[in-house]
Amino acid sequence: MSAVELSYMPGCTLKTKAKNFETTTLKLLELLDVHARELTDWYCCGTTYSLASDNVINHLGPIRTLVKAKEAGREDLLVLCSMCYNTLRRAQELVQHDEEKRSKINEFMYEEETDFTGDEVRILHLLTLLKETVGFDRLKEKLVRDPGGLKVAGYYGCMLLRPREIAIDPVAEHPSILEDLFAACGVDSVYFPFKTECCGSYQTVNEKQVVLSRTKAITESAVKNGADLIVTSCPLCHYNLDAYQPRVAEATPGFRTIPVMYISQVLALLAGLDDVQDYNLHVVDPRPVLRARGLMGKGEPAAGGKA
Amino acid sequence: MNRIGVFVCHCGINIAGVVDIEAVKKAVAAYPGVVFARDYTYMCSEPGQDLFRKACTSGEVEGIVVASCSPRLHETTFRRTAADAGFNPYRVEIANIREQCTWVNTVDPQGATAKAIDIILSLVERTRRDESLVEAQIPVTKKALVIGAGIAGMMTALNITGSGYQVYLLDREPSIGGRMAQLSETFPTLDCAQCIFTPRMVEVGQNRDISLRTYCEVEEISGYVGNFTVKIRHKASYVDWDKCTGCGMCTDKCPTKVKSEFNMMLDDRKAIYTPFPQAVPNKVVIDSENCLYFRKGACRVCEKTCPLGAVDFEQKDWFEELEVGAIVVATGYDLYDKENIEEYRMGYSPDVIDGITFERLLSASGPTQGKLLRPSDGRVPEEIVFISCVGSRDPENHFPYCSRVCCMYTAKHAVLYKHRVPQGQAYVFYMDIRSAGKNYEEFVQRAVEEDEVMYIRGRVSRLYLDDGKIVVVGADTLSGANVEVRADMVVLSMAIRPAKGLEELARKLKIQTDANGFLAEAHPKLRPVETLSPGIFITGCAQSPKDIQDTVAQSGAAAAKVVELLSKEQLTHEPIVAFADEEICSGCGQCEQQCTFDAIELVQRRGNPATGIPDRSVAKVNEILCQGCGACIVTCPSGAMSQRNFRLEQVYSMIESFI
Repeated sequence: MSAVELSYMPGCTLKTKAKNFETTTLKLLELLDVHARELTDWYCCGTTYSLASDNVINHLGPIRTLVKAKEAGREDLLVLCSMCYNTLRRAQELVQHDEEKRSKINEFMYEEETDFTGDEVRILHLLTLLKETVGFDRLKEKLVRDPGGLKVAGYYGCMLLRPREIAIDPVAEHPSILEDLFAACGVDSVYFPFKTECCGSYQTVNEKQVVLSRTKAITESAVKNGADLIVTSCPLCHYNLDAYQPRVAEATPGFRTIPVMYISQVLALLAGLDDVQDYNLHVVDPRPVLRARGLMGKGEPAAGGKA
Repeated sequence: MNRIGVFVCHCGINIAGVVDIEAVKKAVAAYPGVVFARDYTYMCSEPGQDLFRKACTSGEVEGIVVASCSPRLHETTFRRTAADAGFNPYRVEIANIREQCTWVNTVDPQGATAKAIDIILSLVERTRRDESLVEAQIPVTKKALVIGAGIAGMMTALNITGSGYQVYLLDREPSIGGRMAQLSETFPTLDCAQCIFTPRMVEVGQNRDISLRTYCEVEEISGYVGNFTVKIRHKASYVDWDKCTGCGMCTDKCPTKVKSEFNMMLDDRKAIYTPFPQAVPNKVVIDSENCLYFRKGACRVCEKTCPLGAVDFEQKDWFEELEVGAIVVATGYDLYDKENIEEYRMGYSPDVIDGITFERLLSASGPTQGKLLRPSDGRVPEEIVFISCVGSRDPENHFPYCSRVCCMYTAKHAVLYKHRVPQGQAYVFYMDIRSAGKNYEEFVQRAVEEDEVMYIRGRVSRLYLDDGKIVVVGADTLSGANVEVRADMVVLSMAIRPAKGLEELARKLKIQTDANGFLAEAHPKLRPVETLSPGIFITGCAQSPKDIQDTVAQSGAAAAKVVELLSKEQLTHEPIVAFADEEICSGCGQCEQQCTFDAIELVQRRGNPATGIPDRSVAKVNEILCQGCGACIVTCPSGAMSQRNFRLEQVYSMIESFI
């Protein structure tokens, strides 16, 4: 594979709470000779795709970003955040298949010089990039650390898979792209029946009880099936699953917490890219389990065990 | 032919209410060659037919045009009357002045009158050039072939032989019996399938008029209604069935165990085997894919064991040609593979099974002798969940149709479970309960009330495994609650699919399949067991999902159609078919390619060396196979192809009469 250059849309969270996702991904991609060029101008994706048929204004953000990506002149647009992936892809589907909405949306593009008609840019999620552009084999070649028997629970959530038309895996209800990625890297995936279960999503704002119960069910399943970590690509899933665990633990005697990490954080460690992540951004500290599996730089004490 | 008579029908006010009948008659009668133009209120009525008959017998005309409704309605009526009166029926033509004229021109009576005249005169021109065609006579081979020997094929065969005709009954499995042989009890009476079915199998086996062709597949079919030649492949069984008595000694000694297809992989059979003990014919076959001798070149224990020397490792597939007059397709069904249900796959264990597998677990002749023990560990399931409509009624993801038998067999399964495990709890997740059949609704009510089966209206979204249980996550849409059942066993009512290979068989037979792969009937209401290919009939689940009751009834219908055909001494065939003008035909063969009925072949015509004319090939139409569709005619680049009484000059004469 020769060097690849593509456009990159980080989204808001990757500049704040999900910084670890961005920093580790960009380092990892450099190592793989993939050059992600951040768009000079990008917009909030809207975070949720509006289902109201007359709510066109919600799609302007994603479409503006896609116009920018088109004008940047590169074929592919890399997206890391599952939410951004979902809103961008669905907005793309909308303008591809609904001519009326397409022209309406483009009427709002006062400052943009061109229209977006649907197929000028290919939106790639990190997982698809690694699978199809880079290839799992090539990724594996760059890994230097022995996974040390690390066991992960690959968590897809909903945004990468629904609706089926935009799913990153052809088997949307029973995906395997995450497990395939980890298997190629020598990391075991545990049986994890909650892998596509909803984390509660934006109910975190006003229905915290919903998120608490989802977090409890999902993390308990991962722990029960022997996972060291839950791995995800969604900042909101990450937040819900990570930040709610102390509150679940308070209410649930005997509850065992489990760290939640982004895919790229784990891959970066396997590639020997230390010192690129900020563990202070985690509520449940992943370091003990990473040390126990020998994934955190030589010389560091292998103490801690499961968090 | 010049002398043409014309009848103008009023069709009550349908025609006469719009066009000026007198003006039409006057204009037509003045046309050269028209002998008379008469009218009547209803030409199709008995007095109208009398008028028509008189014209046929009077000798005053050589051709007749009836200006009335569409030929689809009464062309046959008039032609039959003409034939009975000794007048060539193919010299009677219909001018459609109702559907194509008055009905669509009620606001313009003058225009309609002019148009009616035009239509009639164009038909006069065509009729002038009509040939006196004669229907072809076809002999009938008084035997039938039934493909598929499940309950549908067996009942069809028995019904046909009941009228004194012989039947070849073919199945690709070593034994007849099909799916019904796998069932335990049957709804709504709960009589044991073996008790009511095996006597039928024996009856078929002993019937002198039924020749079994098991372990056979259809290879090739040629011919036409009344005269089919079917080439079948006898698959090598590596056993001389003339010698084999089915004693079973070879099976006992065979060292190789293979998962039993008949028992849905729940237990083992041997590599030399009969599918089940009541097999008809009771003959063994060697499964060469698994036989030790075929795989490794050593063993042959069966050969040494057989006291009759029936084992023959040198046997090869062999072919046989059957001559039959009619064919019935009764190939039955398969269940949709549960691996296609993505959202359940997290929960699949050996204890998540489909309905037929559950039948084998319930069956007294099954791997557990009818004790309900779950496949994974042999424990009795205390909680069991049945899920309806898995793959059915799901047009977005799987199939749009209802599989029709699942509601009833699910109720039956739940009841049978309760009879075996009285302390256990059975749940049924359903969309609707479709129990429209005699005593069906009562049966379901009994399951709910007497056997306390818990019916939950809602779909199951997910299955997963947890602590040895199968967690069934679903919704109760009547109470609006989410439901989770921690089950020991789950039975999926998988969608009914046409049996594997049906599409290929349909292609060989040149019959049509519908959007879902089932065989298409000629008319959904009025011709339910016929296909569009004369002489080929369909029955059972090959046509659509249906239960045993309906299958047996439909098989009676298919047999009646076969008997109706075989009872004729001669068949007649419509003579309006394509023909090639050999003088013009260049032998390019495009028509042959185009013909879906295989009715055209290229034949050699010897030239004349003396005059320098070389040998050449020309197209020849088989007048029996040809259905007169016209595809070859529009394909022919040289205009050599034409249709009887639709010849180009006739069509041109019609057009010219308009201009």
